[in-house]
Amino acid sequence: MTTAVPSAGSFEPAAQSPSDSADSSAGGPAKTGRTAPNRPRRDRHSLLRWMFVLPALLYMTLFFGYPLVRNIVMSFQRYTPTTYFTGEAPFTGLDNWRAVFSNELFADSLWHTAVFTVGSLVGQFTIGLALAVFFSRRFRLSGVIRAVLLLPWLVPMVVSAVVWRRVLDQDHGILNSALQAVGLADGGVPWLSSPSVALLSAIMVNIWIGIPFNMVILYGGLQEIPRQLYEAAALDGASPWRAFRSVTLPLLRPVITVVLVLGFMSTVKILDLILALTSGGPADSTQTLGTVTYQLSFLQLDFGQGAVVGNVLIVISAVFAVLYLRANRADFGTGK
Amino acid sequence: MRRPRGIRVVAAASAALVPVTLGLTGCAATPDPGTVTVLNSATDAAEHGANQKFFDRCAEPLGLKVEQISVPADTVASKALRMASSDSLTDILELDGSELPQFAETGGLRPLDEVGLDTGGFSDSATSLGSYDGTQYAVARSVNSLALLYNKDLLRAADLEPPTTWAELRQTAKKLTSGDTYGMAFSASPNADGVYQFLPFFWSGGGDEARLDNGKGEAALTLWKQLLGDGSVSKSVVNWNQQDVNDQFVAGRAAMMINGPWQVPVLSAQDKVDWAVATIPVPEAGQDAIAPIGGTVMAVPKSDDSGREKNAGKILTCLNSERNQLAWGESVNNVPTKASAATSYAEKYPRLAPFVDLVATARSRTAEVGTRWPVVNDALAGAFQSVLTGGAGPEQALRNAQRQASAGEK
Repeated sequence: MTTAVPSAGSFEPAAQSPSDSADSSAGGPAKTGRTAPNRPRRDRHSLLRWMFVLPALLYMTLFFGYPLVRNIVMSFQRYTPTTYFTGEAPFTGLDNWRAVFSNELFADSLWHTAVFTVGSLVGQFTIGLALAVFFSRRFRLSGVIRAVLLLPWLVPMVVSAVVWRRVLDQDHGILNSALQAVGLADGGVPWLSSPSVALLSAIMVNIWIGIPFNMVILYGGLQEIPRQLYEAAALDGASPWRAFRSVTLPLLRPVITVVLVLGFMSTVKILDLILALTSGGPADSTQTLGTVTYQLSFLQLDFGQGAVVGNVLIVISAVFAVLYLRANRADFGTGK
Repeated sequence: MRRPRGIRVVAAASAALVPVTLGLTGCAATPDPGTVTVLNSATDAAEHGANQKFFDRCAEPLGLKVEQISVPADTVASKALRMASSDSLTDILELDGSELPQFAETGGLRPLDEVGLDTGGFSDSATSLGSYDGTQYAVARSVNSLALLYNKDLLRAADLEPPTTWAELRQTAKKLTSGDTYGMAFSASPNADGVYQFLPFFWSGGGDEARLDNGKGEAALTLWKQLLGDGSVSKSVVNWNQQDVNDQFVAGRAAMMINGPWQVPVLSAQDKVDWAVATIPVPEAGQDAIAPIGGTVMAVPKSDDSGREKNAGKILTCLNSERNQLAWGESVNNVPTKASAATSYAEKYPRLAPFVDLVATARSRTAEVGTRWPVVNDALAGAFQSVLTGGAGPEQALRNAQRQASAGEK
């Protein structure tokens, strides 16, 4: 994952300058004497560099740039089924944006998305980290149990949602039966049938789905930390908690950033889980930006308004992607 | 030495990209003139095969071949739009009836009389399902609706008759509720399933989809809320689709349910529950139940080649012969749309006869609001969901719904 980041950055024209300067400093001594004859070769070099970047650049423009621009343009157009037949999509200025922002559902879904994302990330990360730390000590059956814990990751999202729907059924679900058997929750918790609980249930299911991912990546990060550091910490008299805080967490930081940013990206645009679990209900209590886009674009076939919500999602993701890139660059800086 | 290799790599990479670029812009394959293509949702192997049998039976005498392109039902509309934008739409387009107006409005569909299809002899409800703005753009081979299905053993044991009025429905459902079994089940999910099930109550009570807050729609919401308040209906209905409702019924956890004839294969395949069909209860004795009409319709997209359109028209005419309609209705448990075929169907399948009566008076969801139906659909779903979960009273809920439905009006 980390290798993809510098290369992604190099598509920006701005990123060309650091590599340029690195190159010129390497060829520095030669530059002073023979400037003129050296020039064509340098031009050829930079041309060559661009040639290598070109396929990737073309690919990015075609498959990421074009849809992105289209989506932005679309949000200012009256884009309906007719457009597909006639190709006409009249520009309507800010109409779509106004319609979406004055829709109460949009504000609700923004709020639900925030709660869902933060709740899911906190849950997935803390439980994933705890499990990763737990499994990083070697003990019997550790491998087997880790493999079993990976299962939620292997099950398709829609399948797990359907299974959870049964588990969370108010009358006949296993969860309520279990709670009632031990004397808790008399009458059953309305997991999916009450607007005040449904979002929480959806978060719970998404945490369950996300734990393996967090656990696996963090476990990998923990393996990278040299054992000697813990020995040294122990010799210095550090408690396990102190060692965790002063050795594990700082050294794990790059991995933690990756896990959180990737988790954020996949959670903020959540759609399939919610559609299969609650269809956005009851009473719109689990509508997120993802489901609202789906509803506007593919059920109401108002692609212009759907594009507006899609753009909002892109902006939110982009903000976090930039934060991530900056954080990563800072890491590289201090690391050297 | 480095330079040529670099260029070769770039050239190879660009060459690899070229077909991709071309593929994006021009995916319209040149169609074979003797083949009629159909876009439908028959992704299930058995359904696909049954469809193909009917198509072949019609195409062979005409010297034609029919090729089906089947995609999941909820993606037919978006697939069709993508095909339309690249000028590669199929010769026949099979859509859900509620999606037809949005396609008809684009001007991309050919009125059926222009492709030589005689639309006489079809039931009024089927005609309205396939028309937009007074023009017949599509035809339904068979239609479905909703009815009250009940567990015969449970009603007999309680010495009860299937309810015919709302008051009776409440009493009967209450009496049938005991232990693990609810008296009644329906789908109140916030999507097309739930809205479809709500409509027979909404319409029979006088509700109007074009004016949700006309003061008559509250009765249906009140009834649903009362059934929930009585404990005759599970609180989980807000999360159940029509399939879930059927599962509950088959598991013996619901004595009565609202559902459609598409559940018949599942119901017939089990012997735990002995079931029968009755019409949906109405507010007052003597009224007619107004149920929604559903099903798929077949339309002919406009083509540059009028020969292709004519071929499609011939296939549609053959599919809708009385004999073919009856056979098709039997294979999918839906009611044929030609009145004569429907009568034979009712005689042959007395158990499903209530559906035949229902579809005669059933109403198309889009007849009144046309292309605005998807917005109204969401508004109605919001109304019953908020009433059932206690978020709003019936009157308030419908006022909100009307505001939501008219917000998109231009």
